[in-house]
Amino acid sequence: MNAMTKEDTRALIGEVLEAYPEKSRKKRAKHLGVYEEGKTDCGVKSNIKSIPGVMTVRGCSYAGSKGVVWGPIKDMLHISHGPVGCGQYSWSQRRNYATGTTGIDNFVTMQVTSDFQEKDVVFGGDKKLDKIIDELASLFPLSRGISIQSECPIGLIGDDIEAVSRRKAKDVGKTVVPVRCEGFRGVSQSLGHHIANDTVRDWVLEKAKVDFKDTPYDVAIIGDYNIGGDAWSSRILLEEMGLRVIAQWSGDGSLAEMEKTPKAKLNLLHCYRSMNYISRYMEEKHGIPWLEYNFFGPTQIAASLRKIAAHFDDTIKEGAERVIAKYQPMVDAIIAKYRPRLEGKTVMLYVGGLRPRHTVDAYGDIGMQAVGMGYEFAHNDDYQRTTHYLKDGTLIFDDASEYELEKFVQALKPDLVGSGIKEKYVFQKMGVPFRQMHSWDYSGPYHGYDGFAIFARDMDMAVNSPVWSLTKAPWKQG
Amino acid sequence: MPQSADLVKDHARLFQEPEYQALFARKSEFECGPPAEEVARVAEWTKSWDYREKNFAREAVVINPAKACQPLGAVFAAAGFEKTLSFVHGSQGCVAYYRSHLSRHFKEPTSAVSSSMTEDAAVFGGLANMTEGLANAYALYKPGMIAVSTTCMAEVIGDDLFAFIKQSKDKGSVPQDFDVPFAHTPAFVGSHTTGYDNMIKGILHHFWGSRERVAGESINIIPGFDGYSVGNLRELKRVLDLMGVSYTILSDTSDIFDTPTDGHYRMYDGGTTLEAAKAALNAKATLSLQTACSAKTLPWVADKGQATQSFNYPLGVGATDEFLMAVSALTGKPIPEALEKERGRLVDAIADSAAYLHGKRFALFGDPDQAIGLTRFLLEVGAEPVHILATNGDKDWAARVGAILAASPYGKGGKAWAGKDLWHLRSLLDTEPVDFLIGSSYGKYLERDCKVPLIRVGFPIFDRHHHHRSPVFGYQGGINLLVKILDKILDEADRQSVAADGISFDLTR
Repeated sequence: MNAMTKEDTRALIGEVLEAYPEKSRKKRAKHLGVYEEGKTDCGVKSNIKSIPGVMTVRGCSYAGSKGVVWGPIKDMLHISHGPVGCGQYSWSQRRNYATGTTGIDNFVTMQVTSDFQEKDVVFGGDKKLDKIIDELASLFPLSRGISIQSECPIGLIGDDIEAVSRRKAKDVGKTVVPVRCEGFRGVSQSLGHHIANDTVRDWVLEKAKVDFKDTPYDVAIIGDYNIGGDAWSSRILLEEMGLRVIAQWSGDGSLAEMEKTPKAKLNLLHCYRSMNYISRYMEEKHGIPWLEYNFFGPTQIAASLRKIAAHFDDTIKEGAERVIAKYQPMVDAIIAKYRPRLEGKTVMLYVGGLRPRHTVDAYGDIGMQAVGMGYEFAHNDDYQRTTHYLKDGTLIFDDASEYELEKFVQALKPDLVGSGIKEKYVFQKMGVPFRQMHSWDYSGPYHGYDGFAIFARDMDMAVNSPVWSLTKAPWKQG
Repeated sequence: MPQSADLVKDHARLFQEPEYQALFARKSEFECGPPAEEVARVAEWTKSWDYREKNFAREAVVINPAKACQPLGAVFAAAGFEKTLSFVHGSQGCVAYYRSHLSRHFKEPTSAVSSSMTEDAAVFGGLANMTEGLANAYALYKPGMIAVSTTCMAEVIGDDLFAFIKQSKDKGSVPQDFDVPFAHTPAFVGSHTTGYDNMIKGILHHFWGSRERVAGESINIIPGFDGYSVGNLRELKRVLDLMGVSYTILSDTSDIFDTPTDGHYRMYDGGTTLEAAKAALNAKATLSLQTACSAKTLPWVADKGQATQSFNYPLGVGATDEFLMAVSALTGKPIPEALEKERGRLVDAIADSAAYLHGKRFALFGDPDQAIGLTRFLLEVGAEPVHILATNGDKDWAARVGAILAASPYGKGGKAWAGKDLWHLRSLLDTEPVDFLIGSSYGKYLERDCKVPLIRVGFPIFDRHHHHRSPVFGYQGGINLLVKILDKILDEADRQSVAADGISFDLTR
């Protein structure tokens, strides 16, 4: 168990900041803090430009739009518009599971790119884009639409992808969505989420004409990317409690589902950070309420099911209780199996804009406590939404550099670190167990009751793996 | 209930359970997808010659390319120098991508920093980002050298690295005498092999630029971008040590991508020392193991007065022979008997297994030189390379492959496809099927869709572990490669015999 006092933690922050040149030290100081019980935020600044040269973990707007929001929509082709790299590095890396036949009616695991060459940069890429859309329509007749995911050069060379999109949508008779998610826009993935949300609003929802018979129990899952099947192990609970899920955004999602969403009675928002924008839009425009729910771990799942049910009549409320009761024995068995092996262990979390707060109670369910937490690209409202999950004295770090993370782990000595692929091997080399909390380390799902069982199993196998007792050569021990 | 504490099912089994199968059926109602018959009809059509013609008529869109962009190669090249930190000038998301891409392949940390340019830098240029960034990187990570490359953003707005580094140093961001080599690496020119070439040239230019060469006896070796660098370079060093050759590998990535788990994280490990990189100017010759990774560097080195020679990823018998003979001719060191014996062992292994390889039809894709190396090896073992594809190959490459194929009776049915992507290869495999496919992990989609077993050789290998630790270079590497190919062939023979009611399920093969 971590024995650091708040004063120790503040001293640690001071020590870590010492390494920076003065200007950067001042800037970084605002992003590091110690949570004080009762405060309404975490005491750190956020959503500010990363400092050059410090090895931020953040990505870019393109990653937020193509990689997160748009990429999982399975019946559309998503063009990585610009040079080859962005699409190549993000190809099939987010594990957005989707049913369908790849290359025929599902295009999620394909890398479609305009592969910009020097001449495209010099003369502009609009003509090439025009031709690309024709070629895609001819090669993939069952695709329902196309999105254009702009890479850095597009916005710098003055291409008019909106004009091309309007023209080609008529030509090919499909939805065509231009997305201005060039990587230099904004400070992280986060602006890409927002830009992508806005294009859903402008190029899908406002254009759609939907003929659809709704029911009083229609809901949409918003902000679940179906990583390792998360949206499915969530959907199953909603359906079991009597709701009808008419759309999934965007994991295993389709254009038709997106278009139907304004018919929902309630939007269920899992990843607040990446899809609150479109939820607010539907609230204002269509009067659809939304709520942020949390399907990590039985404590939060039960609370969320009840919170969701409260929006509906007694059938659904009874349904929620029925679902909670149905899974309770399995949950109890999982906790009985894993909690004794993990009780009192500590975890340090550094993930995107949601999961640190959403997984804290799931760790609590298996006896683990978060001693340090940070977000790559959260905003102030995320930190506000985080406070009630936090214990007094938790170390908070926003947009942490690899240097800071390394020093924090050395000092806090957590039993587990949860972060991304770039961090994984750094900490494993140090002998610290690690789980990737973006990709679930190729496991999952982690959402819902079925997912909780896997989550508990995975954390146990990471923390209690025998390999960690082998890291020191016996002649070096003692 | 599908899940239980006794047997926790993850995605691999959970979604096969009836509860989830029923969920998929319910969900499909809202997807409004095409009817199953229509999907089947179109799927069948994509396998036709008609589709192939449409597919090859593409002029604009690229689908599933087997290449990455320049800065990835630059970051990889720089990682092979002692205590060197890559600094990529431009947007920060790119750097996150290079780091994760290399880490997924090697299962190792990858360090690189970005100058994190955003909208204001797009307008005013990124000088301030470079100045501040170099100072931060220098203070935090205490590198021995910072190697600067560029993302396409910095290239499009025309930032000048030479001037920016000079001005940053003048402002005191790093000491004047601190090594900051650089290379412009526009992502819209060439591929990761080009970026490798540019960064090596940038580093050599930095160290050799204004100095006089005093010819010596040592040789330099530029290995090129290589997912097997850990295993390959250790093998290369072993072989050169056996020969007693004095050499410098420019860039040695064998340690940085293979650090131990012993409780201590090494941000820097091994690599070509900066002293050795400087002294490499005086070498007798520089050999490049991959032509595409040294197109600019080698002529520049030749201008310095060194002999140069380039190879096409020396694997298998003949290509290794040529490489060793070239080293021997340059250095005057004979090829020792120990290596001759190793050669004999590789030939012995091929002879033992030739019957299973002979006449088997292969498709392969990868970086240009690796594709040549593999083609030659397949021809040596009596297999028939049919479709040979390099997305980052050019006309010269296709001509070289064509000549190699023409020189062997086993190459008659083969063809090189330069600049094509894996969606093209899908059509080739559907219309002119082969027995096996060799390529990176991206080939697994072709394995599934075209029902052709994939032998994983290349970069990146994301879905199998630790392949990069075993060499494919040289005679020893040839044996590793042979075993890898044979394992798949013999597994497939067993699988097919089981499918055929167990007839031919032989214990001994």
